[in-house]
Amino acid sequence: MDRSRTDFRRSGRLALVLAGGLAAVAAVAGCSREPGGERAGPPPAPAQVDRSPAYGDTFVDASIGDASNLIPMLSTDSPSHAVSGLVYNGLVKYDGQYNVVGDLAESWEVSDDNLVITFHLRKGVRFHDGVPLTARDVAYTYRVTMDPGTLTAYRGDFEPVKSVEVVDDYTLRVTYDEPFAPALVSWGAAVLPRHLLEGKDINTSELIRNPVGTGPYRFVEWTTGQRIVLERNPDYFETDPNTGMRLPYLGRYVFRIIPDLGVQFNELLAGKIDRMGLKPLQWTRQTQTDRFTRQYDKYQYLANAYTYLGYNLENELFRDVRVRRALTHAIDKGEIVEGVLLGLGEPATGPYKPGTWVYNPDVPRYPYDPDRARALLAEAGWRDTDGDGVLDRAGRPFRFTILTNQGNDQRLKTAEIVQQRLKAIGVAVEIRVLEWAAFINEFVKPGKFDALILGWTISQDPDLYDVWHSSKFSPAGLNHTHYANPEVDDLLVRARKTFDRAERKRLYARFQEILAEEQPYTFLYVPSALVAVSNRIHGIVPAPAGISYNFERWYVPKALQKYAETP
Amino acid sequence: MLAYVAKRIAFMIPMLLGITIISFGLMHLAPGSPTELYTEMNPKVGAEFKARFEAYYGLDKPLPVQYATWLSKVVRLDLGISFSPDKRPVWDKITERLPITLLLNGIGLVVILATAIPLGVLSAVRRGSRFDRVTTVFVFVGFSIPSFWLALLLMKWLGVDLGWLPISGLQSLDYPSLSPLGKVWDRVSHLLLPVLVSAFGGLAGISRYMRGSMLEVIRQDYITAARAKGLPEGKVVYVHALRNSVLPIVTLMGFWIPALIGGSVIFETIFAIPGMGQLFYQSVMSRDYPVIQGILLLGSALTLLGNLVADVTYALVDPRIRFGRS
Repeated sequence: MDRSRTDFRRSGRLALVLAGGLAAVAAVAGCSREPGGERAGPPPAPAQVDRSPAYGDTFVDASIGDASNLIPMLSTDSPSHAVSGLVYNGLVKYDGQYNVVGDLAESWEVSDDNLVITFHLRKGVRFHDGVPLTARDVAYTYRVTMDPGTLTAYRGDFEPVKSVEVVDDYTLRVTYDEPFAPALVSWGAAVLPRHLLEGKDINTSELIRNPVGTGPYRFVEWTTGQRIVLERNPDYFETDPNTGMRLPYLGRYVFRIIPDLGVQFNELLAGKIDRMGLKPLQWTRQTQTDRFTRQYDKYQYLANAYTYLGYNLENELFRDVRVRRALTHAIDKGEIVEGVLLGLGEPATGPYKPGTWVYNPDVPRYPYDPDRARALLAEAGWRDTDGDGVLDRAGRPFRFTILTNQGNDQRLKTAEIVQQRLKAIGVAVEIRVLEWAAFINEFVKPGKFDALILGWTISQDPDLYDVWHSSKFSPAGLNHTHYANPEVDDLLVRARKTFDRAERKRLYARFQEILAEEQPYTFLYVPSALVAVSNRIHGIVPAPAGISYNFERWYVPKALQKYAETP
Repeated sequence: MLAYVAKRIAFMIPMLLGITIISFGLMHLAPGSPTELYTEMNPKVGAEFKARFEAYYGLDKPLPVQYATWLSKVVRLDLGISFSPDKRPVWDKITERLPITLLLNGIGLVVILATAIPLGVLSAVRRGSRFDRVTTVFVFVGFSIPSFWLALLLMKWLGVDLGWLPISGLQSLDYPSLSPLGKVWDRVSHLLLPVLVSAFGGLAGISRYMRGSMLEVIRQDYITAARAKGLPEGKVVYVHALRNSVLPIVTLMGFWIPALIGGSVIFETIFAIPGMGQLFYQSVMSRDYPVIQGILLLGSALTLLGNLVADVTYALVDPRIRFGRS
């Protein structure tokens, strides 16, 4: 289930993804750089080498899957978004610190009642075919997204919009029925070229395989299952203020499809690819060779995902909050991080990523304490009366099954560790591993489970209405564990209508506190994204959002360039 | 003979129809639906998207109607449009990958035949010799080694450590700027490992068949007779015995015709080769019904055709069958 790199940087997709795997190498906090393995400081190089930014060279990226559709709103897979993110721009985007900054929009105003956003577009931006971008393209993008005939999964982003008006070529006014905090970032959606699409069926448009956007790279070729090639857009609107040079620097971007991660790693060792997400074992054991450290820098930062143990709250076993707290006390999260992630991650305490503005570090924690766990369970009436090593209450033993999906080794290992720890306090756990589709459809959605180990990706916007509000029970919604708390419902509704970040932070802080007190999940861990990038690439600035957010500023100094300019 | 072939072809039509009905039914019995790729991953996708998607592809109609629609298109040689977000015609998706798979399997088959037949013959002729025993061990090692593991080891050794061969893919990045000779070498070097690894795994089958069939023939009276009348041993073995013992291999070839278009998922995944195996696997995982049906139809048609070809060639090669039937 591991999907490759998730980079929604430019497309501004805020979908909470049911993280099928943990390879999501996206944005994050606490990013550390490990230049050339163990060495500190920049890799040694002759002093006379000129390291100033230069144009040229090719960046070779690798993905385990091919893209499916290069019109971003028609696809949901990360390879498609990784490529189309370089071809298209939205009105706004996230910077390295998760601030919303202008992309195609130079500036914007939000009305006092938070109902109207007026965007002012950059002037002189051209699509790759030379046609200028205007507010009508943005209005078209909105219209086609809302068109019932369009097979897009992203209509929800624009559902709260009441109207979109083109004021003039470079001004767009968007009106909402009621305040909606994630509204601004929803305009990070890729702006499509109206002149090439209007009046045609977008579902079968030739732009699906031959995209035309405004982005830093323009499309060259796509060989199915092998590679997608992009080249520098010489007409891109952004310049590097430090050098005055027009961005981007790198001349070509090649997206190679290498479906097997072991083979990808071989390609990396051979120097044939310039970036790869590593597994913990590769990070700690297989990248210490001289050959590797000569070629690559390693970057570590928390990934945008967490793994949890979720309890079915409709199940009699888990109704009592003392039981859920006891289970969390009985699980050693640090041990899971050590054992499963080889220490490359952090214990999770809630649904947000440590280090981000919304994260509340002061929630109740449940340190590993089996005695406290036993005491809590005894309080709830669970005792081992028949001496078989398993607690029981009213003749019913404390047994349950943890479900997880096939193909995710980390989740399976986690389940085994949890099983051992719970056995120690007298709770008998069985583990069942299921194929993804059957797991979701036959068990998770109909609520046919006791407990499950699964992951969520952490979206940049903190709105979690879709996962935790009591109106979102599965099968229709994503509240699989059927968690319901009136205060949480109220907080989630208020927070998504609040634009003021300090106020939002306060509301979400309380939300996290309640979740921590109630433990509907035992939040387990946030893994680290582990990325190797060729050390000839310069201009990487690790930030809370990871490293990829400023890709157009990456460059290779002339003396270090590897690939010749192609004619 | 012609009437026989015509009858066989006519009989293939109801068989194909039956195969498509069964595969269509099985496909729809499997849990999951094609919209899941879009909806499961994204909370912002409502039931409304699912309805729109199903209406767009006619999935909201009863199964028999869906089958009839599909069939009526197929007889007009239209395999439909893929459910995947690329919305491409199934035929395009298949034909874009078919040449790659055919090429690889074709070369692989030639290499296997060219190696396995002599190995089998020599093993039979020198039965029990050291050569026979070494060959037996060798081909069974090839048969038993997981090909992905061998491939990874060879990749690491020849591609990473020695740097002699490319690791995966079909072309280098600088392919367009290479000289004509460079282009040829680029192609060959990319195919070398996949072909060798797949051939190594396939040697055992053919060489054992060949050996067994050769042994059988050598025991026949007419071989004894040939030897008795003083024919040189070479002629006895390579003319009289070989021709007759190749018969079962010819039959096998018939079954290999459908195998030529079927790729191995594991193998293609390891070498990053965009072939039929990957396409089929992906379409099954995403419940891309039109692509699954298209590939199954092609595969079953070729299987039936392969059987026919095997029977016909058999008749052509073996006069007893030919004259017995006519």
